[in-house]
Amino acid sequence: MMAIKKTWNATVLVAGSAQGEALILAEPLSLWGGLDPHTGEITDRRHPQSGLLVGNKVLLLPSGRGSSSASSILLEAVKAGTAPAAIVTAEADGILALGAVVAQEIYGHGPAVLVLPEPDYSALCQAATGIVTLKDGVITV
Amino acid sequence: MLTLTSKDQAMLAGAHGPAVQMAMRILSTMANVYGAEQLIDITSAHIDSCLYHGPGGLDFAQKLVDGGAKVVVKTTLNVGAIDLVHPEHFQGTPEQAAQARKQMDLYQEMGCEPIWTCAPYQTTQRPALGEQIVWAESNAIVFANSVLGARSNRYGDFIDICAAITGRAPDVGLHQTANRRGQLVFDLHQISAKLLQTDVLYPVLGYLIGAKSGNKIPVIDGLPKTATEDQLKALGAATASSGAVGLFHAVGITPEAPTLEAALQHQPAEEHITVTLEDLYTMRSHLSTVPDGPISVIALGSPHFSLQEFEQLMPLLRATPPTIEFIICTHRFALKALRERGWLKELKQMGVSVVVDTCVVVTPIIRANAGTLMTNSGKFAHYTPGNTGFPVIFGSLEECVQSAAKGAVWRDPTLWTTVAE
Repeated sequence: MMAIKKTWNATVLVAGSAQGEALILAEPLSLWGGLDPHTGEITDRRHPQSGLLVGNKVLLLPSGRGSSSASSILLEAVKAGTAPAAIVTAEADGILALGAVVAQEIYGHGPAVLVLPEPDYSALCQAATGIVTLKDGVITV
Repeated sequence: MLTLTSKDQAMLAGAHGPAVQMAMRILSTMANVYGAEQLIDITSAHIDSCLYHGPGGLDFAQKLVDGGAKVVVKTTLNVGAIDLVHPEHFQGTPEQAAQARKQMDLYQEMGCEPIWTCAPYQTTQRPALGEQIVWAESNAIVFANSVLGARSNRYGDFIDICAAITGRAPDVGLHQTANRRGQLVFDLHQISAKLLQTDVLYPVLGYLIGAKSGNKIPVIDGLPKTATEDQLKALGAATASSGAVGLFHAVGITPEAPTLEAALQHQPAEEHITVTLEDLYTMRSHLSTVPDGPISVIALGSPHFSLQEFEQLMPLLRATPPTIEFIICTHRFALKALRERGWLKELKQMGVSVVVDTCVVVTPIIRANAGTLMTNSGKFAHYTPGNTGFPVIFGSLEECVQSAAKGAVWRDPTLWTTVAE
């Protein structure tokens, strides 16, 4: 039986298509000091999802947080092959977008970065229990 | 919708070589992300990208150098991961040291001035009122905006050097007058004149203001006009540690804020917050992560220690020399003066490590294996636990020196006892 697909139109900050399992973060995350780019593990021990791996996931997070060095950590994660396949935030985050733009410049690939404002962001989080597909700014679950 | 000038378009088309082309491509993509309608000329840049985070950052810098990148405005470098004058301070592996050094070399090859300091404003890099600049390093940004009156957004890795190579920046945020309006007023009238002249107040007050401001622009009403640049430096660094502050208005000090009304651009404040002594006590306690007790290392100089701060420190150290590891992070300008005055030799004899070009929270320098770190810096206090693994105790400069002599925290009982007259 075909499941009914749901789609959302998001704003594209950094273009790209991706498909992957959703990883929905309950709280904002600063990648600098919060993500180990060697392993892709969330290492912020105050974060409720500390210990999970972001590699190749479609990462849904309300917003980035903190240091501008987050763009460097995202680039290092792309270099190490531990980066998420795509990042969807509810609020535009220039620092994450910058890391992805630079990764695409240097390595020819990097996560797509999309913004899906509320209330759509929450609706996506509710629906995104399995594989999420992103293409041309359209998010499908 | 972003409109590029013909000069911008020529850069984007590759007329100035592949590095400029890549830099303009990144810059214009980000200008679209930020919703900028145009790019503007800048007069100065301060680069944080020279700090080694991993091989990716090295690939980026190498690609720029290979593409012929040269900076086109006065550009200075923030700290790297190695003290190039005293490389023996580095406690990481030789491979890490080589990579970190390579990254520092690449940014020099692009024509950046190797001042290696997070306090460029204590050197020759002092942009004037109204200058449009692209600075990275959060404390430097706050100082440039709030004390010098120059205009920078909160820039960081990659975009800083892209701006320096193209001489351009997205015309958004703090580059525009209307976005520099003060929003939250922090009223200091309940704080005594004596406390307002005490150095230790400034990082604590900054930590409080940053935590309550988030990304709003605070206005501080009631700071004495005699506040020193070192006090304002400590305040700004702390606001940018606990909050996303890029600009504060200190009424009567910030060039754009001769009056409270001017700071608010003659509009009502969004919120009026009266700072109490209790608020400051709470913030002071947040700056320490463990109770007073034994300590194993002192770290001073975030932002980098100025010569004036060394002038305060020397008599204190002579009176009570340290018995534990004691590190001061500073820049080469202060180091030169220390050498000329004979103070460097004196500090060495007392067992004090003077570190330049870098600092203890961005690279492994501390030799102690365990224990607690004590500092008078709000910024060190904020970043030490996460970046070094050491628990931290915050205190005044004199408390740090006395504690270093005893190997355990000593408190000045007169320091915070003052009440409003």
